Amino acid sequence: MRIQTLSDLNTLRAEGESSLYPARMKITVGTATCGRAAGAETVYEALRQRLELRGLDAALARTGCIGACHQEPLVDVRLPGGGRVLYAQMTRPRARALVDALARGGLPRDEPWAVIDAEEALADDRMVHFTRPEALAGATAYQDLPFYSRQRKIVLRNCGFIDPASLEEYVARGGYQGLARALARTPQEVVDEVTRAGLRGRGGGGFPTGRKWQAARDAAGTPKYVICNGDEGDPGAYMDRTVLESDPHSVIEGLLIGAYAVGAHEGYAYVRDEYPLAVERLAGAIAQAEERGLLGEDILGSGFGFALKIVRGAGAFVCGEETAMIASIEGGLGEPRPKPPYPATAGLWGKPTLINNVKTWATAPVILARGADWYAGLGAPGNTGTVVFSLVGQVARTGLVEVPLGMRLGDLLREVGGGTGTGKAIKAVQTGGPSGGCLPAQLFDLPIRYEDLKAAGSMMGSGGMVVLDENACMVDVARYFLDFTAAESCGKCTACREGTRHLLEILTRITHDEGMPEDLALLEEVSLGVQAGSLCGLGQTAPNPVLSTLRYFRDEYEAHVREHRCPAGVCPIKVEGH
Amino acid sequence: MPTLTIDDKVITVPTGATVLQAIRQAGARLQTLCYLEGLPPYGACRLCMVELTAPVSQVIAACAYPAAEGLVVDTRGPRATAVRNLMLEFLLARCPDAEAIRSLANEAGVASTRFTTDGRPDELCVLCGLCVRVCRDAVGAAAIGFTGRGAGRAVTAPFHVQAEACIGCGACAAVCPTGAVRIEDAGGQRVLHTWNTTVPLKRCPSCGQPYAPEPMAFLRELIATGGPAWGVCPACRRKEAAAQLKMARDTGRG
Repeated sequence: MRIQTLSDLNTLRAEGESSLYPARMKITVGTATCGRAAGAETVYEALRQRLELRGLDAALARTGCIGACHQEPLVDVRLPGGGRVLYAQMTRPRARALVDALARGGLPRDEPWAVIDAEEALADDRMVHFTRPEALAGATAYQDLPFYSRQRKIVLRNCGFIDPASLEEYVARGGYQGLARALARTPQEVVDEVTRAGLRGRGGGGFPTGRKWQAARDAAGTPKYVICNGDEGDPGAYMDRTVLESDPHSVIEGLLIGAYAVGAHEGYAYVRDEYPLAVERLAGAIAQAEERGLLGEDILGSGFGFALKIVRGAGAFVCGEETAMIASIEGGLGEPRPKPPYPATAGLWGKPTLINNVKTWATAPVILARGADWYAGLGAPGNTGTVVFSLVGQVARTGLVEVPLGMRLGDLLREVGGGTGTGKAIKAVQTGGPSGGCLPAQLFDLPIRYEDLKAAGSMMGSGGMVVLDENACMVDVARYFLDFTAAESCGKCTACREGTRHLLEILTRITHDEGMPEDLALLEEVSLGVQAGSLCGLGQTAPNPVLSTLRYFRDEYEAHVREHRCPAGVCPIKVEGH
Repeated sequence: MPTLTIDDKVITVPTGATVLQAIRQAGARLQTLCYLEGLPPYGACRLCMVELTAPVSQVIAACAYPAAEGLVVDTRGPRATAVRNLMLEFLLARCPDAEAIRSLANEAGVASTRFTTDGRPDELCVLCGLCVRVCRDAVGAAAIGFTGRGAGRAVTAPFHVQAEACIGCGACAAVCPTGAVRIEDAGGQRVLHTWNTTVPLKRCPSCGQPYAPEPMAFLRELIATGGPAWGVCPACRRKEAAAQLKMARDTGRG
């Protein structure tokens, strides 16, 4: 059925509700890449076989990542009328025992990790409440888990709550309502709404999204294009992958809204090819949206038409830079070009082009559905809304978290992340990937806001947050990131190509006990030169890991070059030799 | 026609000009490697970094920055000078044998480099991309291109073998600022050593000397003022022209 009116959308919503909350038992497995890596597909298969063997009448479904990657594979059981009962770190034997227990009419003997008593359909501003089974009275409620209690899921609203392959389930939680509202207004009103919401680019730069949309809307020239930047590549960062894998329609809906606002009728989703599941699920979602008429001509009877294509990246980190991405989509070498002109005025094929990150696009539908005032009320003034981080490294609860902007860095690491979990202290946190910096524990009172992180020598970045404990050598951490950027530099400009190579070389000799005291000043000088001299953001930010570690952990550098000692005991330094 | 300030000098430049063009119009000296009038700006060598002091304080590449109304540019500011000198040190380390780089460094007062040379001390290519761009954007052949990335970036013919699209025009060698492109005519062929490519030369039907790359024969059809003399080498063409002139004079006198 083609969706042409709001009442068609409501018909779809009813279908989604009956698959989200069926009248029979339902077992769901988290099968995003994090779940798969932990064995979710084998667990899924074990469940499927056991259900068949036991002849149990239960729905078996997939969902995306609910964020708690440290608990994967996550399996949940939902009895009719009840909420989801989550079981963590599922194995095949326990999966079989789970089905056996359900077949006997009981609940598994396994201790549940959490019980979901209510689900929030965010775009609808609606809570769906469930009755908790008597036997689970003592189980922890999902929203009371320390991992979730301070989170606020906006971008991740549907991740782990719907089947990513189901348009109906997306619609059942308020999906495409934002688009419907956008189409009922003028394009300028849509831009104004995003501007008033105060949303800033979630790819890491933090440029006001509304201003970017306005610039693309005001730019002369047709056709115009919209692009979704899904070329995520920071080490340890997988926010965009998860959104694309777990809730692809949220990105499509965002692109539709943005295209309508700026007057574009064609768009591209640039997704790195190392994300096959993200590509597969986004492609599936695009096909569904086309079939239902949510992509194509005359969307929702508005007269507005939009087509979306996927372009897969070919493994170059620099293609996450917008001008390099445009060159790559055009079929050229994925290399940046000087700005100005900015893509908003001269982008793809020289035409006005609006590029936003996956998470920025996924936020737009909620802003339209709930209103700018509601969104602007979240987070902090000038830093409204929420930010998604992938919390990795030496942290107890690794995973994907979304918190209001303005939360203190330490609260995120200790309360949400649970500290290191090993009794060791957190020494530093690396934010913003290879473009960001290392912030020491004494700065953990810092509020997570674009300007604060930048002033401290790091940056928000796209959301990678690598936690380091006292076992980390900060010189080696800087060397690791320069090794990455030196290999990913496209080599076009002298500053980045030669500069990252020399920075890496100096850091390598320091970590191999060949450093000299004067190397520290040289590192600083080269870093500042590469920052100021590079053509694109990759080179301009590549020295940040060096500068921030020099700023906060200079004593470790000094120990290497003066005392020939690696305080953390990481670097291959032969103490006997000295 | 924007008006801007270059080192305290107020000048008006044509619409569409770049800051570099404005700097040169103002008579200030600024080194460049990857810039060539007639090709689109590329912004790769980073030798033309200058300081913008208004409307924002920023270090910019002059070659690619549009000369907008009201810009205030300082070509001698310390931040930009530091970047330019660092680039020269980088290039000295990359191409220690390149005479052109040594001379630019010398002019800028950069006597030596503190950085190491990576494996290939005979490297002459500074990766300015002029050869690739002139071949693609001016000649239209696109016979050569970039391979690799980062420090492994290089200009090569596709797959390092005979470039099928090469017409042997030699523009790549002509624009190369450091003499990195090696070309020689020998044995009736033009050998483009750097591109592992050989192009046959057309022999002059008159004197038998090889004189032009055969793939460039299409030029004859493009040039409307052709005549029988266009089929021969420049030396024979001159001879023939002189003979025709003499004949005309003789006829006129008779």
